Amino acid sequence: MAANPMHQFNVYRIGPEIKLGTLDISFTNASLFMALSSLTIIILFFLGIKKKTIIPNKIQLLTELSYTFVSKMISDTAGSKAKPYFGLIFSLFMFVLFCNMLGMIPYSFTVTSHIIVTFVLAAFIFIGVTIIGFLKHGLGYLKLFVPSGVPSLLLPLIIVIEVISYLSRPVSLSVRLFANMMAGHTMLKVFGGFVISLGLIGGWLPLSFSVALTGLEILVAFLQAYVFAILTCIYLNDALNLHH
Amino acid sequence: MLVRLTNYLFIFLLINKESFAAEEGMPQLNPEYWVSQIFWLVIIFSFLYIFLSKIILPKISETLEKRKLQILDNLEQAEKYKEDTQNKINEYEKILIEAKKEAKSIINEAKKKIDSDINFKKDKLEKEIEKEISDAEKEINELKNNSIENINKIAIEASTDLVKTIMNIELNKSNVSAIVEDISKKKAEKYLW
Repeated sequence: MAANPMHQFNVYRIGPEIKLGTLDISFTNASLFMALSSLTIIILFFLGIKKKTIIPNKIQLLTELSYTFVSKMISDTAGSKAKPYFGLIFSLFMFVLFCNMLGMIPYSFTVTSHIIVTFVLAAFIFIGVTIIGFLKHGLGYLKLFVPSGVPSLLLPLIIVIEVISYLSRPVSLSVRLFANMMAGHTMLKVFGGFVISLGLIGGWLPLSFSVALTGLEILVAFLQAYVFAILTCIYLNDALNLHH
Repeated sequence: MLVRLTNYLFIFLLINKESFAAEEGMPQLNPEYWVSQIFWLVIIFSFLYIFLSKIILPKISETLEKRKLQILDNLEQAEKYKEDTQNKINEYEKILIEAKKEAKSIINEAKKKIDSDINFKKDKLEKEIEKEISDAEKEINELKNNSIENINKIAIEASTDLVKTIMNIELNKSNVSAIVEDISKKKAEKYLW
């Protein structure tokens, strides 16, 4: 094999070492691609709102479509109460989507293929949603763990299961995104390695696989961003409208 | 060409691999840069969030709202124009009906006028004709009356001449005329009237 397929996930320092006390907060390639994703989003949206015509041009249409897409997603899953969190969910969706998509460019770095990044995002969502839930419903938010219509004999077991499932939300949310990104990119790299090792004669088959996989990975990149955002909406819905 | 290119790629990858110490397992689980990643993620994401929610999103929603209002406005205007059109059509039909009525009345009036005109002229003509007829009758009557006198005169002269030539007697004119008049009175009724 030409190169270790996991090599693409390496984080290395760019520029000088920055220390905050004993903590190393140097600017890395991961930070660079986070910044690039954000910059791409900002430039795209800035171009989109520059003219603000009644009949939109192409970039404006793109920004407006993404706006209505996310706003529809939120109102469908979390209702009208979730409107104050629109900006946050929109930013989350866009950030994850652009990190995933920029990662599809060869030799780039996929920010979301790192568990620490996805976990921080997921933990942030989890803590935020929990705080919102307790602020809105007080201790009544704990009723989330007590589904209605369960026989009282089963209740202790159900509550334990519900609590575990609630606590595992950040883990599942972060691992889903991270694992999807990592697996896809590793697979692309492995097939890319096959193309080179099999040479001009046998390399066409893995090459065509690679092409197909690239298409699939672009789909996955969008889908995972969508799943990440919609799960956030669902968690938010639990906190805002207590259904149990 | 392609082989050379792939060879270059191969070498590049090898060098690249060499330049960073090859790690075992997943680089994701290496906590060396975790703090750095969290730090930059928080900063960059906060910046992105503030920029999007404070600058970009309000403008997009403003544009969308404006478009919605414009569409509603246009629809309203279209409805108004439609109503206007209906009103105009109704007005037009009303005018048309009135015009038809007016035309009918004008025709009727004209007919009446023509009728009265014709009647008037007819009357006048009839009167003229009657007058002419009566004039003619009068003339005829006069002629008739005159003709009796003339006939009498001629008869008197003729009879005196006849008597003179036949019998060679000079007759008194007054006697002859008395006889002739008497006869003509008796006979004229028979021939003239």
